[in-house]
Amino acid sequence: MNLRRVVVTGLGAITPIGNNVSEYWDNLLKGVSGAGLITLFDASKFKTQFACEVKGYNPEEFFDHKEARKLDRYVQFAMVVAKEAIENSAIQLDSIDLDRAGVIFASGIGGIMSYERDIADFLQNPDMPRFNPFFITRMIANMAAGHISMQYSFRGPNFGVVSACASSTHAISLACDQIRLGRADIMITGGAEAPISTSGIGGFNAMRALSTRNDEYQTASRPLSGSRDGFVLGEGAGCLILEDYDHAIKRGAHIYAEVAGVAASADAYHMTATHPDGLGAMLVMRNALKDAGLTVDDIDYINIHGTSTPNGDPSEIKAIQGVFGESAKKLNISSTKSMTGHLMGATGAIEAIASILSIVHNEVPPTINHKEDDVDPNIDYSLNYTFNVSQKRLVRAAMSNTFGFGGHNATIIFKKFEG
Amino acid sequence: MSDVAAKVKELIVEKLGVPESEVTPEASFTNDLGADSLDTVELIMDFEREFGVQISDDQAQKISTVGEAIEHIENSLK
Repeated sequence: MNLRRVVVTGLGAITPIGNNVSEYWDNLLKGVSGAGLITLFDASKFKTQFACEVKGYNPEEFFDHKEARKLDRYVQFAMVVAKEAIENSAIQLDSIDLDRAGVIFASGIGGIMSYERDIADFLQNPDMPRFNPFFITRMIANMAAGHISMQYSFRGPNFGVVSACASSTHAISLACDQIRLGRADIMITGGAEAPISTSGIGGFNAMRALSTRNDEYQTASRPLSGSRDGFVLGEGAGCLILEDYDHAIKRGAHIYAEVAGVAASADAYHMTATHPDGLGAMLVMRNALKDAGLTVDDIDYINIHGTSTPNGDPSEIKAIQGVFGESAKKLNISSTKSMTGHLMGATGAIEAIASILSIVHNEVPPTINHKEDDVDPNIDYSLNYTFNVSQKRLVRAAMSNTFGFGGHNATIIFKKFEG
Repeated sequence: MSDVAAKVKELIVEKLGVPESEVTPEASFTNDLGADSLDTVELIMDFEREFGVQISDDQAQKISTVGEAIEHIENSLK
């Protein structure tokens, strides 16, 4: 079966280190930390009192008052990045076949802030128990895909994807498949998350998954360093416009990169812990390379999942060494979560953007917050983790890994576009 | 205009984002003020909360205009 080629023709991002793609990329290269004390709710009683929030976001800049209150923050972020990506792609909506344009958009959790608020409202009124009629529509994790389709009249394939922290990589993979298989010509895809809430922080705190370095929050996300103590929760969204190669060429689109290959696998091991030997991670990387028709020597950069948890980081590095062997020493590795924090269901999307832009600009963003002697005996430091400073190099192809609670693994590979 | 009418008008303007001049007693929530069925349910809840009255689902279904809402609330408060 002949699969169609898929290219990336538009990008959009709202992140803790930049509210559009160009700000995000500039700050990735500068090594800016997005961490700060939590402003979205009173976190003073929590073990973790900091997170990577989006800064300076005012919904009224993007939505009218009536519309904004029907949309959870995560859906708002999704709409904001879809707008940037559509504008960036220069697609003329009146000149494309909207029946062949779709949306697959992810969220790991959905509208948890709305969920919390509406339950609290319900409990505060025991005499008149009422749920808000928008309770369900603000909460459900597929609603970003729905709202984006309504905004742009995209009537093609449309759904949400849920696989915790791998959600948006799965979404991008599935969107890519729609085009490869000839079911659509254009897809809006990516993921959005707004989890910085009492239950988000409280829930992950209870699992001991979050860093508790309240006094050093800006350097708390330190993937691959010996003293790492958990991830830093983040929020935001990323969006990619994927397009059939011929369709993009015909309309003279600017092409950022080509989607080379995608893959998904399971650890089939534990709810939250990654497999200690990285079996599922090795499988997903091998299958992505096979899908892309590339060898380990074709990959110049791996944007790792690298959340800064004690168990996750070493197993991913072992898996990379298992797949890449000696070639692992020739490529650059980095965890941009050191800067953005962990955006859960949006992380795959913003890291896909980082991977694509590394190919476009031939520069790899760093893993910040590492001190030279801060090492972990379970991690091999002969690999190049791009610590602290970005590195210019030829990036022919970049791989992005994401792993989600539940043992879901998703990997995507982008490569330079060459006609 | 009664206090109830003024407050009802204020809540509608706030919720539906329509100009105050359009919120006449005859105005229909769905036909004139751009509300959908969910908006209307939410407005009824706002009225209940604001005025401390209970509006049953059966009663709520009979309220389709601004004037009907005001009348219902004023009767409940008597």
